Amino acid sequence: MPALLVVIAVTQAPFFITAYYSLFRWNLVSTSARRFVGIKNYVDAISDPVFLKAIGNTAFMTISIVIGAIAVGTLLALGLQRSFRGRAIARTLAITPFFVMPVAAALFWKAGLFDPTFGLLGWSTSALGMGRINWVSEYPRLSIIILTAWQWSSFALLILLAGMQSFPVEVTEAASIDGAGRWITFRRLMLPHLRPFFELTALLASMYVLENFAAIVTLTSGGPAYATTNLSYYVYLEAFSAFDLGQASAYGVITLAIAIALVMPMLKVVAGIFKSGGRA
Amino acid sequence: MSRRKTSGTFNALLSALTWLGALVMFAPIAWMVLTSFKSEQDAVSLPPKLFFKPTLEHYARIFDNDFTAFALHSVLATGVSTAIVICLAVPAAYALCVRPVEKWRDVLFFFISTKMMPVAAGIVPIYLVAQSVGLLNTATLLIIVYTSMNLPLAIWMIRSFMIEIPVEVFDAVRVDGAGFFRELLLVVVPLIMPGLASTALLCGIFAWNEFFLAVNLTTTSSTLPVFLQKFLSFGELYTAQVAAVATLLNIPVVIAGWLAQKSLTRGLTFGAVR
Repeated sequence: MPALLVVIAVTQAPFFITAYYSLFRWNLVSTSARRFVGIKNYVDAISDPVFLKAIGNTAFMTISIVIGAIAVGTLLALGLQRSFRGRAIARTLAITPFFVMPVAAALFWKAGLFDPTFGLLGWSTSALGMGRINWVSEYPRLSIIILTAWQWSSFALLILLAGMQSFPVEVTEAASIDGAGRWITFRRLMLPHLRPFFELTALLASMYVLENFAAIVTLTSGGPAYATTNLSYYVYLEAFSAFDLGQASAYGVITLAIAIALVMPMLKVVAGIFKSGGRA
Repeated sequence: MSRRKTSGTFNALLSALTWLGALVMFAPIAWMVLTSFKSEQDAVSLPPKLFFKPTLEHYARIFDNDFTAFALHSVLATGVSTAIVICLAVPAAYALCVRPVEKWRDVLFFFISTKMMPVAAGIVPIYLVAQSVGLLNTATLLIIVYTSMNLPLAIWMIRSFMIEIPVEVFDAVRVDGAGFFRELLLVVVPLIMPGLASTALLCGIFAWNEFFLAVNLTTTSSTLPVFLQKFLSFGELYTAQVAAVATLLNIPVVIAGWLAQKSLTRGLTFGAVR
């Protein structure tokens, strides 16, 4: 199993090394040598207001992005599961944002859409009489949420659409013969059927959005005053700007612990869906 | 009769709304492509111009900088890592579904669990190890990390395609006495070719767009997302130029995404949703 060896070497080893480093005082810009300090880095982490803020930001942004993406994705999927003229093209257009390179998306949104003077959004709010809104500096979090939710809506759309299309046609027909209206059919039959798909979308999207990095670097650089710094970005700052590798490792371990707490339900859900589809 | 009529209008309205929704989703991309053909004055004119005299100067100017070097690294890191991923994932998927190894279920979930770990938690040791073996700022390092990043996804996805091959095929092959490699190369691979292609496309998209690892592990010999990020300091003076670069960089991935559309859902959900 060469693949197994590669994956273990490259993905597992770093986490153990991180855990090991996290017990040391190790700052590249300080003159003192690396020394063992036990759990001091963790104590520092818990008492560091910026780190706690980063946890809060990560939770807030991840939850808003996932909810926003699922809401938009559901609406689009509902529209696109019906047959109408040009449906394939509409579907293709709607899923395209997901492929766009996050850095490219963020950079162009910043210059071409969010910009208060020249951006499309800045212009339209002023045309609507709401004045020029400087999105990125006035609503930094909202800007990041809009941008990321835009890309992940496509992802939600893809999965939910597949879910809706796996809904047996016979059931819809039977329901309409029994005199059930659109809404009742949707509420009582479609929604229960879609439940695992919603769970899967939410969990997969949270896994990726948790690591949201490109949008933050490009739009706000984590600012103003750490308002948009998430865990990934804070680990990056600590390691590659402050060069405090021991502390960064401790943050990394805590990030990992939070991710594992999310992974467990994820694996259960996947295992459930997977059992019904697998052969053995 | 009247009910059917209102329902017809309702349907048309829903279709129109759906179209509107799809267009709104696509609008930022369309605007980006449009902006890339504007002159810088047109790009920042008020109100925003829909009609203008198109120019290709920004596309011509892309190559003025060290774009080619970055593009080469991107192509190299994406292409080579994807090729390695496929070569490793096909036998691995085979060992996890056609002739399952012991505890294959645990192995499979171990693979997926590695994908769930935040990269930020491992970046410090990856950086230090790379530094000590002198791989920092090289395409080789990116190829290694992208391979490991995409491998679990590829194994799950390819496995979900292999599972669809009827058992009878394998029985027949075995009766004919084909060895492991012949069975894999001459029977399994051709049968799952379309699946392999979309797996490769998806892995390619992820590697091409990857930013966190690229920006932390490489500086001068880096990939296109890092190149693009350097434009950040120029601000809105170069909106059209940024749009041109961004458009050019996204052409390959968007085409790859469109081509892989059919199996995309399966790949993105690790084969859980077909």
